[in-house]
Amino acid sequence: MGKVKCECGHVNPHGTVLCESCGRALTEEAKKEKFHDMRYEGSARRSQTYNKTIVDKVWNFFSSVKVGVWLIVLTLIASSLGTIFPQEFYIPNNVTADTYYEDTYGIAGKIYYMLGFHDLYNSIWFIALVASIGVSLVICSLDRVIPLHRALKNQRVARHTTFMKKQRLFASREGTIEPQEIGKVKESLKESRYHIREEDGSLLAEKGRFSRWGPYVNHIGLIIFLIGAMLRSVEGMYVDELLWIREGETLEIPGTDGEYYLKNEQFIMENYDKEKDSEVFSEAIEENGVIAKNYQTDAILYRDENRDLPGAEPELVEVKKEDIRVNEPMKFDQFALYQNGFSQNEMKAMEFMLTNKETQEAVGAVKIDLFNPKDVYDLGNGYKVELLGYYPDYDGIGKDGEPKTKSPVPNNPAFLFNLVSPEHPDGEVAFTAIRQTMEPMGETDYKMEFSNIETRDISALTVRKDLTLWILALGGTIFMIGVIQGSFWAHRRLWIRQVDGKVYVAAHTNKNWHGLQRELDSIIEHTSIPSPEDQQASEQSGKEKN
Amino acid sequence: MSDLVQWSGNLLYTSFILYLIATLLFGGAILPKKNGQKQGVNRWGKLGITITVLGFIAQLGYFFTRWAAAGHAPVSNLFEFITFFSMMLVGAFIIIYFLYKLPVLGVFALPVALVTIAYASMFPREVSPLIPALQSHWLSIHVTTVAAGEGILAISFIAGLIYLVKTIDQSKKSKQTFWLEAIMYGLIAVIGFVVITTSFRLAGYEAEFNYVNKEGQAASETFTLPAIVGPNEGELLTENRFEPIAEMPAFINAKKLNTVIWSLATGFVLYWLIRLLSRKRVGALVQPLVKNVNKDLMDEVSYRAVLIGFPVFTLGGLIFAMIWAQIAWTRFWGWDPKEVWALITWLFYAAFLHLRLSRGWHGEKSAWLAVVGFVIIMFNLVAVNLVIAGLHSYA
Ligand code: HEM
Repeated sequence: MGKVKCECGHVNPHGTVLCESCGRALTEEAKKEKFHDMRYEGSARRSQTYNKTIVDKVWNFFSSVKVGVWLIVLTLIASSLGTIFPQEFYIPNNVTADTYYEDTYGIAGKIYYMLGFHDLYNSIWFIALVASIGVSLVICSLDRVIPLHRALKNQRVARHTTFMKKQRLFASREGTIEPQEIGKVKESLKESRYHIREEDGSLLAEKGRFSRWGPYVNHIGLIIFLIGAMLRSVEGMYVDELLWIREGETLEIPGTDGEYYLKNEQFIMENYDKEKDSEVFSEAIEENGVIAKNYQTDAILYRDENRDLPGAEPELVEVKKEDIRVNEPMKFDQFALYQNGFSQNEMKAMEFMLTNKETQEAVGAVKIDLFNPKDVYDLGNGYKVELLGYYPDYDGIGKDGEPKTKSPVPNNPAFLFNLVSPEHPDGEVAFTAIRQTMEPMGETDYKMEFSNIETRDISALTVRKDLTLWILALGGTIFMIGVIQGSFWAHRRLWIRQVDGKVYVAAHTNKNWHGLQRELDSIIEHTSIPSPEDQQASEQSGKEKN
Repeated sequence: MSDLVQWSGNLLYTSFILYLIATLLFGGAILPKKNGQKQGVNRWGKLGITITVLGFIAQLGYFFTRWAAAGHAPVSNLFEFITFFSMMLVGAFIIIYFLYKLPVLGVFALPVALVTIAYASMFPREVSPLIPALQSHWLSIHVTTVAAGEGILAISFIAGLIYLVKTIDQSKKSKQTFWLEAIMYGLIAVIGFVVITTSFRLAGYEAEFNYVNKEGQAASETFTLPAIVGPNEGELLTENRFEPIAEMPAFINAKKLNTVIWSLATGFVLYWLIRLLSRKRVGALVQPLVKNVNKDLMDEVSYRAVLIGFPVFTLGGLIFAMIWAQIAWTRFWGWDPKEVWALITWLFYAAFLHLRLSRGWHGEKSAWLAVVGFVIIMFNLVAVNLVIAGLHSYA
């Protein structure tokens, strides 16, 4: 493409508006404008130069800040819609979304559900919106950062007077400046940490140029973060499992491919206690009733040493013993186990007395493990209890006359016993459920009398592996560095030139003009150099067209 | 209650009084001078900032004594969080004051801080122990940084507000005057909330209801303001109490909605009282205060505050929030309403910065954006907590 040669001799890339070197206006438009648009130093941006092919058009679309802001605003509005009613993953487990929204929120809820807003953040259009922000970030940054970098690198000390006149902060006067005056100003500029370059009587003082890179750095951070977020859906990067584990149980930890096992020694739940805890809390405890203090699973982590031997029994070797609490997950390998929930007092075993109804004499005790009941419990001396049927989650008698069970979990255990005694060597049949006994085959002489129950707690642990975290952390850190770089510093420049018996002074900053003006006032005060004035005062600065 | 808590309360009270005095002093600082002295920092201004700093120290005292008493940073319920926010607002004001030396900022910022403290103290103030999810240092790190960011962003709102009061033409009715009045009404409605809550509290008003909650279970609730709207299938138990005019569906928290209605209504009455007595729009009433303000400088202050506040908010409201969420809830992001609104706030200020930097939205447009940003922050602070209940809802 044709390069543009400036009168000063510098060769600029095609599309340059202000000569990279001396700042002379190269386009008719720039020659006419009252103030130069300094945002990208008048450098040659691809988006402002080419607009022919499809690629150009896509590039220009995504490079536009106007489009970028629209994307941001649309994402913002879309996000807010998702908070009107709870998202699907927050509604109770025992209801389905298609009825829940209408039942709870009426017609508005029904519409919400029909529009798919109940799962808005996973919808394709929402993800597409976020992805276009990502694309826009990449393109807009590339479009600007390279030309901007070139322009700032190539800038010459002596700027053309037309360039200086078209700066917002500008002053000029007839005459010349004494060298010692310049010396004084240079001193104070250095004190204010300006870098100074001089070229035959002209001076350029510059500081904070690195802050110009802030936006690009932060955009890179954002892109890395977005990539990290996307990688979660890649197999193996991310594990999210729930492990329900009873006290005393040892289970394989899901998601670890059988490598790790966990034993739940005990689950502990504590509430704040008015007597034991600090007395400043007593008022709050009285107000609120119960306030939870601690959820904790005392756990032992094992590794299966036989994992690589096909068909071998697991050989568990203890890795560590730790208490898992909310906010204090157990970490191992790339995994973390979080205390997530619990269910208290699940029935574990029931104890009955085989009792002679008439004499009220107990013959012996039978303890039934509700998870692993035996077929026969031999009490000796001709007494025996046979378990004919076990219904862990008893739900009444079915049409066929058989007792039914809702689930294999012992929520409401019931038993069909055959009670063998010396008097009845063939046994008597009795049906026993909680608060209920039946003698289906006629009156019996013996009964199973409930005597005791053993319960235990179940702990719910989230198993998490997330290999994307470091990418997210990296992205976040880079983003923070970039924003701080861009917003806590400003790029300030001061040009002083003497040509044809006149002194020209111009200054530019990318933000905080008052700050710059005050700084320059204090530096240039008491010298014969004119202090640059704000030529634009309250005028609106020009808008970027694209 | 322990002595420490008592002390802490007294210190908060002291800071309130000091901010009040400082507001008046800053008011003195911006009065037009007879001898035509240029507006700037004068004796009044110096006194004002000194008292403000003393008030800030007192409030820090409140914070740390309460911390000592509770054993955890006092940012774990609505009262504590909003009070902390007001402290950050004053802190941000002090920083900006030393950067720009503008007493007029104090005339607007300190009253906002005062109203915020008063608002906070309407919520239950007892020291509560931390539930397991909150027992983490990340709680204090996250919450304090968010509040600091929001405090700084609030200064941007205040500078924007001053800009608008200064520049909006009050000689005729326009869209601008309408929205400016809307902001003023919003601020007055907060005062309305404080006034009405305190009045009925002093009168000892209580009305108990039995009702059916969202889960379809029987529950009871005590209203401390006459129930204009009552709970779902509510049954008034207390005698001689106002019967609700309308009944709310189960998913709406009728008690909170009722409080909102009362606050808006009281605010409405107060607002029109002011207008009738002064025969001016509230915007026009306060306009003389900003007579000497340099509006370009205000514009810059507003932008500067966003430039400082945005990174702080990002760090606290998104990054620290994610770190803590990863530890406490096993995932760094869960699209919980409070999280989403933090994201919305962040996106909004990002849009603000782009509009300003690249599309030349300076001056009035920028000032309106600063106002809207603050409204979003307040929405997240108040409405999301009160109305949309998620993991974060303190109540
Ligand atoms: C959520 C997403 C984004 C965030 C948080 C973000 C953040 C920022 C920040 C903090 C700045 C510096 C502003 C200032 O110093 O006043 C900036 C500048 C900029 N951003 Fe973004 N940005 C985002 C998305 C985008 C998108 C989608 C575009 C695409 C057009 C874009 C284009 C730009 C440009 C062109 C600049 C100005 C660079 C300059 O003029 O020196 N940004 N961005």
